[in-house]
Amino acid sequence: MSQGYQRSLPLLDDLNRFYWTSGKDGVLRMLRCQSCGHWQHPPRPVCPKCLGRKLEPDTLSGKGKVFSFTVNAKSWGPGLEVPYVIGIVMLDEQDGLQLTTNLRDVAPEDVKIGMPVEVFFEKDEDVWLPMFRPTMQAASA
Amino acid sequence: MSAPEVVISGIGQSAVGRKLPQSGLELTIDASLEAIADAGLTTQDIDGVATFPGFRPDMQPFSPVGSIDIKEALDLKLDWFCGALEGSAQLGAIINAYAAIKAGLARHVLCFRTVKEGSGGASWQESATARAERVRVGGEFQYIFPYDAISATNWLSLYAQRHFSLYGTTREQLGQIALTARRGAMDNPKALFRDPMTMDDYLSARMISSPLGLLDCDAPTDASTVIILSAADAAAGSPKPAIRIDSVGGGIHGRAGWDQADMPDMAAFDAGRMLWSRTDYKPEDVDLALLYDGFSFLAMTWLEALGFCGRGEGGAFVEGGHRIARDGALPLNPHGGQLSGGRTHGFGFVHEAVLQLRGEAGARQVAKNPQVAAVSNGGGPMAGAMLLVRD
Repeated sequence: MSQGYQRSLPLLDDLNRFYWTSGKDGVLRMLRCQSCGHWQHPPRPVCPKCLGRKLEPDTLSGKGKVFSFTVNAKSWGPGLEVPYVIGIVMLDEQDGLQLTTNLRDVAPEDVKIGMPVEVFFEKDEDVWLPMFRPTMQAASA
Repeated sequence: MSAPEVVISGIGQSAVGRKLPQSGLELTIDASLEAIADAGLTTQDIDGVATFPGFRPDMQPFSPVGSIDIKEALDLKLDWFCGALEGSAQLGAIINAYAAIKAGLARHVLCFRTVKEGSGGASWQESATARAERVRVGGEFQYIFPYDAISATNWLSLYAQRHFSLYGTTREQLGQIALTARRGAMDNPKALFRDPMTMDDYLSARMISSPLGLLDCDAPTDASTVIILSAADAAAGSPKPAIRIDSVGGGIHGRAGWDQADMPDMAAFDAGRMLWSRTDYKPEDVDLALLYDGFSFLAMTWLEALGFCGRGEGGAFVEGGHRIARDGALPLNPHGGQLSGGRTHGFGFVHEAVLQLRGEAGARQVAKNPQVAAVSNGGGPMAGAMLLVRD
């Protein structure tokens, strides 16, 4: 990133550290209820579906679809380069399992809701930020 | 003893503008004294105070004054007070006061919202980008800020884009909300932006975060707005017609994270359901709508959430702008809203609803003699709504 602007980073704690460092081996993980199988994100110490208290990080495919997106055109601070695409990706594993991300390797005008995307990670200090790009299969099809 | 009816007995508003010389507390005193006089009360009658969001030492332009500050300034004798960010958006303060009066904890509650954002330091992103050292965030925003989604424009654009995609909503439709606001502001001496605006002006304004452009966003201002709620029997001697709070709605049923909702669904729809479940009135009985427009898209959402049109039909409802014009079937934000009036942050809509229901809105008074007004505040996971009636 250019001089003068640095993105904010998450403050790591015992609940979220697994999530923000999961990309170390290139794999996306989220908490999963060991009783009913419900995926829980952001991490919380209880399953909202069955109230089970045993949740463990589990492996996701890293594939999903663009649920919504916006092309940010305004630079919010010196050195923040625009445009960039902010997306909400809904992961394939569960309806409503969604996260904010940046959509990369795609021209802003080509982003569409419903577009298949896959995770990759961008390391910044001690965190691996999940980023998404069009799935390779879709790109080559 | 049955719970009393609750009325708005008085309103007041300070000067509104950019870089006003008065402090937040001075603005609050101005608005409070005006409202107390408007209600025919004295400071010694006030036994409750409610404010949104309470004093914020970390974000003073956003909230420079707390409930205790006005208590001390005016030597109020309080039986009940609160200042809270969590709740039914900005209207949470008024809904809390309504509940306190219903419960018999207070008789006359002074509710206020004060902002000094017109003097700078308005936004999250300014604080996020102003520092030399790396910012680390916890809580909900740790999942959002690292992707440079640091403006509320970003958060709401994601809802708007999905609405556009699902329902075919267009920029031209959204633009009618901004144009309607500007036409109202031209007749509001306190409004921030009063020059005429055309659809070309709207469409050619620079994009901020698609599909929302500059004229879809409100602008920060300095202001204090005060709404006094009273038990109806205690306000019987008020000089002005009492405006009864017929029903309120708030709460949230869906997921509360800005990025976790089933977009474009918002808490507004939960507030709407609650509001109509507590009244005999129907959406078609409403004469006037004062709907939160911190972004144009939020006013469109509220039109749907309060049942003035079906889900996804907000674009068609405002098409051409006739329905929401001052002389239309459902006049919307005749004072210019926050889009053209400035971000008085929620309470400005209540203030205008009361002026209109009393027939005191001057050049911008809506054509019909309005008796029922819907008022709403908030967006995303925050929502509050009220139905106000002049009996």
